[in-house]
Amino acid sequence: MLILKATGVTKQFGGLIAVNQFDFELPEGKIISIIGPNGAGKTTFFNCITGFYAIDGGIIEFDGHIINSGEDTSHPIHRRPDQITHLGIARTYQNIRLFSNMTAIENILVGQHRHFKTHWVEAIVRSKRMLQEEAKALEEAITLLNFVGLQGLGDQLASNLPYGAQRRLEIARALASKPKLLLLDEPTAGMNPNETREMTRFIQHLRDELGITILLIEHDMKVVMNISESISVMDFGMKIAEGTPSEIQRNSRVIEAYLGRGAAAQA
Amino acid sequence: MTPTNTPTLKDAVRYGLLSGLIEINLSAIGFILLLHQRELVAGAFTMGHLFLFTAPIGFAYLLAKKTAAHSRSRVLGYGAIIGALTALPLIILVFLATAFDIRQFLLNISPDLITLLTFGQSVVTGSLILLAINVVLGMLSAALYLLPPQWRKMAVSGLAWVAISGTFSEILLGRLRSFFGRGLTDLIFTGKSLNPGFAVFILVAGALYSYFSQRRHARKEAEGDRSDATVLSLPIETINKIILGVVLLLLPVLLGSYLTEVTNNVGLYVLMGLGLNIVVGFAGLLDLGYVAFFAIGAYVMGILTSEGALGLGMGFTFWTALPFSVLAATLAGILLGMPVLRMRGDYLAIVTLGFGEIIRILALSDMLKPFIGGAQGVLQIPKPSFFGIDLIQPGQLYYIILACVLLAWFISARLRDSRLGRQWMAMREDEDVAEAMGINLVSTKLLAFATGAAFSGLAGAIFASKLTSIFPHSFNLLVSINVLSLIIVGGIGSLPGVVVGSLILVGLPELLREFAEHRLLMYGALLIFMMLARPEGFWPSEVTKRELHAFEEQHQPGTSSD
Repeated sequence: MLILKATGVTKQFGGLIAVNQFDFELPEGKIISIIGPNGAGKTTFFNCITGFYAIDGGIIEFDGHIINSGEDTSHPIHRRPDQITHLGIARTYQNIRLFSNMTAIENILVGQHRHFKTHWVEAIVRSKRMLQEEAKALEEAITLLNFVGLQGLGDQLASNLPYGAQRRLEIARALASKPKLLLLDEPTAGMNPNETREMTRFIQHLRDELGITILLIEHDMKVVMNISESISVMDFGMKIAEGTPSEIQRNSRVIEAYLGRGAAAQA
Repeated sequence: MTPTNTPTLKDAVRYGLLSGLIEINLSAIGFILLLHQRELVAGAFTMGHLFLFTAPIGFAYLLAKKTAAHSRSRVLGYGAIIGALTALPLIILVFLATAFDIRQFLLNISPDLITLLTFGQSVVTGSLILLAINVVLGMLSAALYLLPPQWRKMAVSGLAWVAISGTFSEILLGRLRSFFGRGLTDLIFTGKSLNPGFAVFILVAGALYSYFSQRRHARKEAEGDRSDATVLSLPIETINKIILGVVLLLLPVLLGSYLTEVTNNVGLYVLMGLGLNIVVGFAGLLDLGYVAFFAIGAYVMGILTSEGALGLGMGFTFWTALPFSVLAATLAGILLGMPVLRMRGDYLAIVTLGFGEIIRILALSDMLKPFIGGAQGVLQIPKPSFFGIDLIQPGQLYYIILACVLLAWFISARLRDSRLGRQWMAMREDEDVAEAMGINLVSTKLLAFATGAAFSGLAGAIFASKLTSIFPHSFNLLVSINVLSLIIVGGIGSLPGVVVGSLILVGLPELLREFAEHRLLMYGALLIFMMLARPEGFWPSEVTKRELHAFEEQHQPGTSSD
């Protein structure tokens, strides 16, 4: 079953077409990567999925809902990022964007936002329901903290955590919303080989243990080839190839996009 | 901070010249002479002296702090250089002022100032005394840093106690006299200021207090390592709370009517500060037009209850009108919130600034004059009454304000620790990411604006009925800036910080009325000092420890909050 389906997605910034007629399908329970040179439009595509941008053309469907559709469709729909999160998509960022003046636990608690039911008036009178909800949320947050291996660091300000821990905290925050689909934007950027290996294992673990579908943008080819079940390659906003890791490694257009025409001819 | 660039002679000269520049400036604008009127210790030391020597003492101490690791003679030498260089421009000023008539250019360099600077001696002797005192003070201040920390703290504490009690001696005198009679006050005071003997007593007492509190602190820390500190400190905390409650309840009796009036003003600013703290401190929305809600609350109260020509005459009392004031301000908060939802940072600040001005100009306008009185304002607003008793005394109004402040504090604290509080803080940290976490920015922002406006409207309503008349000029931009500044000075996002900020920025100037013309100067200096030395505020908000709380048995290092 497809969890995410994008057809003909186009996003323009002035004269620049960042994403151009991009088709994409993501079956439930898979780990799929999008790769491509810098500026190919990968992160822009992420921003279209999460509703941060309204798209100019095409349709993005998630879990049976149209979440973003362009002006060429009969009813252009643009759901806000918070609405899309409520449907079950969570993401991390290429350059870590934690709430730096909040503690690690608080970051995770914010991530749990969509599962809170109580009204703010209940917070003032401290109703029993609200207290139960808070206690349960805190318990879950601590479980998540331990799950990503940050036990004992929960009361540290997010900005005081070491780099690798910040990356993992960002994933924990995304997981806190209990998403069906997790978008990871370069999760191993800036990590040493050891940390990268650990992160790769962790991502696989996420899918196997929690059954979350994962869409990955990644530059580290070792990671991509190791864990992806399928790879889409983007260049200049368009999809130039799609297939299993071994197919992509042999694809001449991909080599050309990465290394240039001359190198591709030699290869 | 790092000892890698140790100060050189050049630094000492630079600091000295800077210090001299500050002092000659303060002298030339007449500040020192004005402060000279307030005696700290009778016949010996005035606030003018205090400020005259603040710069060399401060700079010498700062430089000593950077030099500390090096030789003693160098530390003391630098102190002396700073002192001497501070005295130099002042001495030149003295000579110039006696030789030429420079008052036609610098009005404030009066013979009185020269007398102050030369200690009533002849020009040459006086200059030498000034030089000597500066050099000695510079050295003493530098030497202070060479003392062990415990002694240093004791010395600073003693001096600070003398300075504070000297500054407020007149008030202290009044209060003590009304409680204990003349017999006691004659022992302590000469005229309106402390007598030297008692000043020494305070100095010693302050030092001893510091000594014992340090010892208690050390003991507590040692115990904290061994046993669970929370169990031990719990009863102490409860006792502290009870004491605080009793003091708050008895405050009008302790303070007398003038000081209670000051406290009421502080209270109104605390109320506004708590509201703006939600908007700026929690939610990170920079609102420069906050006074608008205060004005709306005040005008609604005025129109509904006024017994004058503008009153509606529908029989509203303070209590029945209060909900309408708060409601009107809240609605205004939401109305302002809606158009600015998409704005951030500087843009938001400019728009809200405009909104504040619009409200003030509307209040002044001829168009609305038939309804709200234009520049003549709304008059004859009755004071609140409580079961038939008119609350006319400041001591009676105090309890209304106290109740409102406590309510606002309570709501702020509860909201801060709830999901909504976290939504606000997440929005303050990163709006886009907050939205991606599923937070509805529209409702979250509007709730912040509405809550903030409600507190401000409440303050405005009390303000109207406290003054019994309101005029548009009470609602100018300066009020918004005051409230914002007191939040910054206290510590953004911190509830106790709001109280501390109000006491410093609203309470203190009331007590130092005679320096009113230099109020903004002190304000500016304080804000610059804060931003440089303590940007997190006097009482920064604490980091909530949640994981630690959930697992009491787990042992881990605490978060450093400084």
